[in-house]
Amino acid sequence: MRGMITRASVVLVLLSLTAAAAGCARRQPPLAQPAPPGGPPPTTAPAPTPPPPTTEALPVPPEPIAIAEDGISARSIEDLNRDSPFKPAYFPLDSAELDDAGRAVVTANASVLRTYPAWMITVEGHCDERGTAEYNLALGERRAVAVKTYLLSLGIAGDRVRIVSYGKEFPFDPGHDERAWASNRRAHFVITSK
Amino acid sequence: MNMRNLWSGNLTTFAKAGSRSDPARQRWQDGPLWRTVPVVRRSFMRRRKVSGYLVALALVAGGLQASGQAPQQPSEIAVVISGDPGTPPRYAVPDFVAASPEAADAAKTITQVLFDDLAFEREFYLIPRDTYATIPAARTPDQVPFASWRELGADAVVFGSVSRTGNDVRVEVRLFNIRTQQSVFSKEYTGTAANPRLYAHTIADEIHQQQRALRGVARTKLAFSSDRNRERMVGTVENRDVKEVYMADYDGANPRRITTNRQLNLTPVWSPDARAIAYTSYRRGYPDLFVALIYDGVQQEPTKGGTQNWLPMYSPDGTRIVFTSNRDGNPELYVINRDGSGLRRITNHPAIDTTPTWSPTGTQIAFTSDRAGTPQIYIVGADGLNLRRLTTSESYADRPTWSPAPFNEIAFAARSGPGYDIKVYDLATGTTRQVTFGEGSNESPAYAPNGRHLAFTSTRAGRVQIFTIGRDGRGVKQVTRDGSNFTPSWSN
Repeated sequence: MRGMITRASVVLVLLSLTAAAAGCARRQPPLAQPAPPGGPPPTTAPAPTPPPPTTEALPVPPEPIAIAEDGISARSIEDLNRDSPFKPAYFPLDSAELDDAGRAVVTANASVLRTYPAWMITVEGHCDERGTAEYNLALGERRAVAVKTYLLSLGIAGDRVRIVSYGKEFPFDPGHDERAWASNRRAHFVITSK
Repeated sequence: MNMRNLWSGNLTTFAKAGSRSDPARQRWQDGPLWRTVPVVRRSFMRRRKVSGYLVALALVAGGLQASGQAPQQPSEIAVVISGDPGTPPRYAVPDFVAASPEAADAAKTITQVLFDDLAFEREFYLIPRDTYATIPAARTPDQVPFASWRELGADAVVFGSVSRTGNDVRVEVRLFNIRTQQSVFSKEYTGTAANPRLYAHTIADEIHQQQRALRGVARTKLAFSSDRNRERMVGTVENRDVKEVYMADYDGANPRRITTNRQLNLTPVWSPDARAIAYTSYRRGYPDLFVALIYDGVQQEPTKGGTQNWLPMYSPDGTRIVFTSNRDGNPELYVINRDGSGLRRITNHPAIDTTPTWSPTGTQIAFTSDRAGTPQIYIVGADGLNLRRLTTSESYADRPTWSPAPFNEIAFAARSGPGYDIKVYDLATGTTRQVTFGEGSNESPAYAPNGRHLAFTSTRAGRVQIFTIGRDGRGVKQVTRDGSNFTPSWSN
């Protein structure tokens, strides 16, 4: 609840800022809107009308940013996980240590977590098929732990992050080549509540 | 006691074998019949009618005792059928006689399964059945054409007959020594017609016991994890196949589904009494231990949730379970009593410690650790002391599986080229031998209760399937074909 209110107020502040920036042109947007969506094309012949309103398009761009944030908050957990704001962190073969690229991904994911402080996540540790089924259960656990530890070092609260290992049970790429293996050695972020 | 009379005479037992197909209604039952026999002893029975089926068994107890001990006694010469010096005895298993058309299917099944069971231990040479065509069929035991069998080079021939009344069958079987023309094994079984394979398995085990003093595995079971039901997990974005625990006969027949929770259910292992299967399940969203008492329809949760636990393994006496857990922040080995009490931590190292297996005496545990940088096999006392490293020349070794006595060895999966091969470490000599040689990737070895075979998974036929192989690397057989199948465990 509190999260929603703060987000709403952020949106309001952003809106008022953009409105102020637009200055005297602020009554124009309603007029500007009809032009881009393509109202004119169906009406055939008279094309010469559009040129003047293009200047009024300036105040509009800031708004989609606010809407995008709202959109993420409004989407269901399933939708969010299907097109996730989190990126997976990848690991080298037989390793549970985050390299520079992996740390960069986790850092970016941490900032998403800070943006949405109500979200809880599970970090899934996955492995490629080149390890054994049994040992990979432990290796996946270590990968998930490595990510959680790094998230905690970035200030994310421990009770927001759960971990689970799936070993090599759920490959993301069913292939049997280097590319498939690389994409299967990952820590996968799943939003579990928000 | 006159052994010869016993074996050539009308020794007849009435073991009520077979039962309904629903595993929840079945149970392995120790009956008085088997008390006199030291090693393998169970009969498949309907629970509620057990007492009614066990009449008259006391009559044959003496004979069965002889069956169990015969090979150690001087009079065995009359009983044990030998082949030419240095070669295994040559066995013929002609078609069992069907007393009526309704018994034909059961007779055919029993014949084929008995042939396969007798071949499995490789103690006998089974004369191929397509060479029997010219030999006249015997309708009764006294019609067995010994001269013809002798011409074919047989040392032993089985005579069997099957009669059927409604849902009940009666199976009579004799084993003849071709040279002496004597019946050295003669039994009769009655029971349900629902699972004719069980009669063949029982006959094969008893013949192996009597003729070779060998505990056969024809009545043992495999438990494994499988995606064969082709169900998808719910609540996940990706398409994820569930895996459920299944059991089947040692040859893959009669598969039965044990779990039905539509999650990941992995690494099932048999309890030593073969009445329970412990396994790793993600039904709570994370790995935890569960126990299915398969003949009672009861589920137990020894670790009771709240912590992540996986890869259980029963101690040889069945009283304890060793497993991997990250409850203290890192994969370590722990032991609990079967009821979940008495938790004890076995390992304590910041590296991964996982995949435990017990020594046959229950005093040591072999496991996998990457404390030296790569996964390798180690042994530690069940008290957590006396750690030592076993594998030193492998780049990656996992799933140690300690053999039963009398063998003193540990099988494991070793990285080999792009995949894995099954290798065996001999604890007496410290040497390692290879069992598989790069046909697909081979993982997850599990010993048969007599130590003579290993079950393992392989990709040699495409998807991951379960195979069995002799501990010498010979006699590989594919056991599963439906879906993909993983992490076999072989019952006692």
